[in-house]
Order: sequence, then C-alpha cells, then structure tokens
Amino acid sequence: MNSSNPKYDTALNNYNQKIADAAAEDMVLNMGPQHPSTHGVLRLELITDGEIVKEVIPHLGYLHRCFEKHAESLTYQQTIPFTDRMDYLASMNNSHAFVMGVERMLGIDKDIPKRVEYIRVLVCELNRIGSHLIAIGTYGIDIGAFTPFLWCFRDREHIMGMLEWASGSRMLYNYIWVGGLFYDLPVGFEERCREFVDYFKPKMVELNQLLTDNKIFIDRTANIGVLPLDVAINYGCSGPMLRGSGLKWDLRRIDNYSAYPELEFDVPVGKGEMGAIGDCWDRYKVRVDEIEQSLRIIEQCLNRLQKELKRSPDFDPRAKMPRKTIPKAQDYYVRCEGARGELGFYFMADGKSEIPARVKARAPSFSNLSVLPEIAKGVMIADLVAIIGSIDIVLGEVDR
Amino acid sequence: MIFEDIKLLLTEKFGPGVIVGEETGGLQPALLIEPGQIASVCLELRNNPKTYFDFLSSLTGVDYGPEAMRFGVVYHLASIPYKTQLTLKVSAENDRDLNNLPSFPSINAVYRTADWHEREAYDLIGIFFEGHPDLRRILLPDDWEGFPLRKDYKTAEFYKGIKID
Repeated sequence: MNSSNPKYDTALNNYNQKIADAAAEDMVLNMGPQHPSTHGVLRLELITDGEIVKEVIPHLGYLHRCFEKHAESLTYQQTIPFTDRMDYLASMNNSHAFVMGVERMLGIDKDIPKRVEYIRVLVCELNRIGSHLIAIGTYGIDIGAFTPFLWCFRDREHIMGMLEWASGSRMLYNYIWVGGLFYDLPVGFEERCREFVDYFKPKMVELNQLLTDNKIFIDRTANIGVLPLDVAINYGCSGPMLRGSGLKWDLRRIDNYSAYPELEFDVPVGKGEMGAIGDCWDRYKVRVDEIEQSLRIIEQCLNRLQKELKRSPDFDPRAKMPRKTIPKAQDYYVRCEGARGELGFYFMADGKSEIPARVKARAPSFSNLSVLPEIAKGVMIADLVAIIGSIDIVLGEVDR
Repeated sequence: MIFEDIKLLLTEKFGPGVIVGEETGGLQPALLIEPGQIASVCLELRNNPKTYFDFLSSLTGVDYGPEAMRFGVVYHLASIPYKTQLTLKVSAENDRDLNNLPSFPSINAVYRTADWHEREAYDLIGIFFEGHPDLRRILLPDDWEGFPLRKDYKTAEFYKGIKID
C-alpha cells in the first residue's frame, strides 16, 4: 500500500498471514480466473482439506472497466452503451433501469408513449429469456450435461437474431434511450416474434424432460448449496437467488414500473420440491419457470402491439426525447428487476450539467456472489462448481 | 411507516442529535444521520417491528469534491414486509490526505451486504470503515495507489513500471 498509516494495511496483512498459515497445514487452491466453471474471470482461492472446501475467498476485479468513473465524465445519453456492458447477457434490462431513473429525474416518465413502454418490456423479456437460457445451459455443462447447453444456445440464437434485427447489434444493443427508443421495431418483428414463441414453447418441454427431471441432475443439485431465506436477505441477494429461497419478491410486481402493472404473470418461487428450500435445484427451477412467465408477458405485449398500439406511419419513438438531459439537482435511486435481481442505479445530479456528479451501479450479481463464502463452507469441490453455476453470475456486472 | 414517523422514532430512541438534517427536495427524501450512530440507527431500523428495513439495497461512497472537502456514504434501505424504501446519509469533513482517510462506522454487523459494498467504497473512494473485519481492496489490485473515484484523482501513468496507455 501507499499509505504510511498501518491501520489501512491490517486487513491485507491478516489475509496474507491466513493464506501462509493455510498453505502450511492445508492446501490453497486457485480456481480461476481462467476456469470455465467460474463463468468468466472470477478467481476463487480455496482453502481445502482434501476434497472438502474449508473456506472460499473470492477475488474480483479482473473485468473492472471503471463504469462509475466513465459515467462521471459522460452525459446521461452517452452512458447508456456503458450500461449495456455491465450485464452483457441482459443488456436491455440494464439500459431500461438506467433510462427509467433518468426519465423520473427529468419528470417525463409519465409522458412516454404506451407503444414505447410495451416495446421496452417486450425486448427486456426477450433478453431475460436469452439470459436465463445461458444460465440453464451453462449450468448443465457445469454439472456434466452437454446437450442442454447446445439446445439452449440454439434457441437463444433466435432471440439474438431478433434483437439484432431491431437494434443492429447482437448483444450490446443501445436500443432503449432516454425518452424513447433508437427506432421503432422493424416491420414484421411482431409476426416473427410470435413465430418464435410458438416454436419455443415445445422446446421448453423438451428442455424440462432433459434436465429438470434428470436423475443425475437432481442428485447433483438437490440439497446442495442451501441458502436460508434470512441469510439471503441479510446478504442482499435478489432475483432468482432470493426467490429460490422461497420469498415472492419481484420488483416488477413490487414497484409496478413501466408496462408491468398491465400485464399478467406469476412470480415463481422455490418450493423445495427435490430437496430443501433454497438449494441449487430450486434456483434452477425458478429460472425455468421465469422463462415461461416471460413468454406469457411477451404474448400479451404482442397482442397489444398488434392491436390497440399498432404501428402507424407517424409514430416517432424519439418524439419525447429531451433536447437537453439536465435533471434538477437531486439524488435518485432507481431499482428494477434485471435478469439476475435488483439492478439499481444511484444518481447524483447537480442540476447544472448533463453529466451526473456521481453514478453508482448496484449490480445484482455483486451481492449474490458475496454470499458464496457463506454457503460454500464445508462442501466438496465438485459441489462448489454446482453452487457457483446456480448463482448465475455475470462478471461484467460484478466488476463493472 | 412514512418519513416523519421514522424521524420521530429515531429521535425518541437516540435523542434529537441523531438526525443532523434532511433532504426533502427531490423525489426520495433522505435523512442525514450523525456519523457515529449510523450502525445503531441501522440496527434499530432493521429490528424495530414498525420499520423492518431488513434489506440493504445499496451502499455508495461519495466524494463531494475538492472545494467541499467532504466525504459521505449513502445507504439505501428497503423493507421487504412493508415494501418501503429509505435513504440515509452520513458525511464528514476531511483534508483529503491519503494518510488520513475519512472514517465511518461499518454496518457490516447489521447487513452483510455492506461487507463487499464497504470494501468497494474503500477501494474506489478511500473511505475507511471502522470495525470492518476484512477491509481490503476488492476491484483493484492490492498494490494500487490512490483512489480512482476521488474527484482529484490523477490517472496513473505507470503500474509497476509498465506504462499505461
């Protein structure tokens, strides 16, 4: 460290001492940062006794790209592409949260046309399905099942294709803008989306037969990595992680933002069908059920977008875009349900410029991952892989 | 429980000195708490059956700039049973000397969420949290110099003798 105050070095010295002691008695094993089961560049330092994990020390930051520093030098509109790069598997949800926060600060959130809101929800839910498909597919691969991975990626490719058609990019869309959208949906999008829903529904049944009811899969995930509800809340877990522990907590329902209050969907929770409530299987099952609910939402959006909110030649998705994005001097924390949980942005606006004084991103994966050392105490190394997979982290979001 | 009730509840429990101000201009009102008492305030808000703020959404370290010579921490609490949200703020003056970091009590014992969030605030802004069990850098390497999210941070030109482009 660079300081001469020994107080600031205590924790680092303690940590170094702990690793030195552990290396003498047990084995210190580095898992990652280049390890397929850590789902990105996460390094886990394991203190192991034989095959048993005594302690897990996560090391983050390998994908740190200074999102908050960038956001302090760019205008609100210019920051949207950077939010895409946080949770790169569900970029639409990120920009939706960011844009909602800015719109509320500007006081234009009530003026957004209904068609724009429904398109936003439609693309967000498509993206959520794509993200959950990756979570499920790669989880299968962690456990040793290769086919679900290929099937999930095959189906996700249709979603990627559609979103590319709408925004021009496969993964990092920059589609949702403050006050509107980049463009209206391309002509024929709704029809193709409906075809996809019809195609995808039977595929979900296949996937369930392949993985959800698979004896080996259940043996590997049921009763593993049980996360009690009180621990989940205390660690700030959210999304499928929290719902897997049995709490019906979905910000789409709690905060009723955007077009969600007008849409019908259920909030799936973990019930402990195969083992204890809050085990890996429950978290996996919540994601599978959420895909089905997202399909319901998409169908309702399509119904509206093809009937009362039909496209018209004079519809301009950028009509409500503010000429200057200068919110009044205030602080605002916006939260919404991303694919992985509570995604929050905290803005500090000074009221004078288009550049925020401070932006903090509250990433769901960051808090979800912080519970890992707690629930991975005393498990086998192979089970640790199952637990990490069930948390479904995206390192782009953990490190920002 | 609405904002005024929470204020009343806190002043009854901890005396009038615990709330040093409030910000009600924006969409979300915030309570400015006396920094020394933030941990007990959080504990009370979490455990009191009338408030039950059991979920720490976010913890943000803030540098108010070289003119203000002030650092702060913003806490966003949420109550799952009551579906309410609350913003708490603490701040203190500081001379921006790297050997004398601004220091606030850690609320890690109340919300474990704060563990990594406080490490992040320490890492990027240089706020020390008194009583945190493991206050190491989290996103940057352990030997990084300076705190990048400070407003007066000069971008490093070299890292271990390697030129940064």
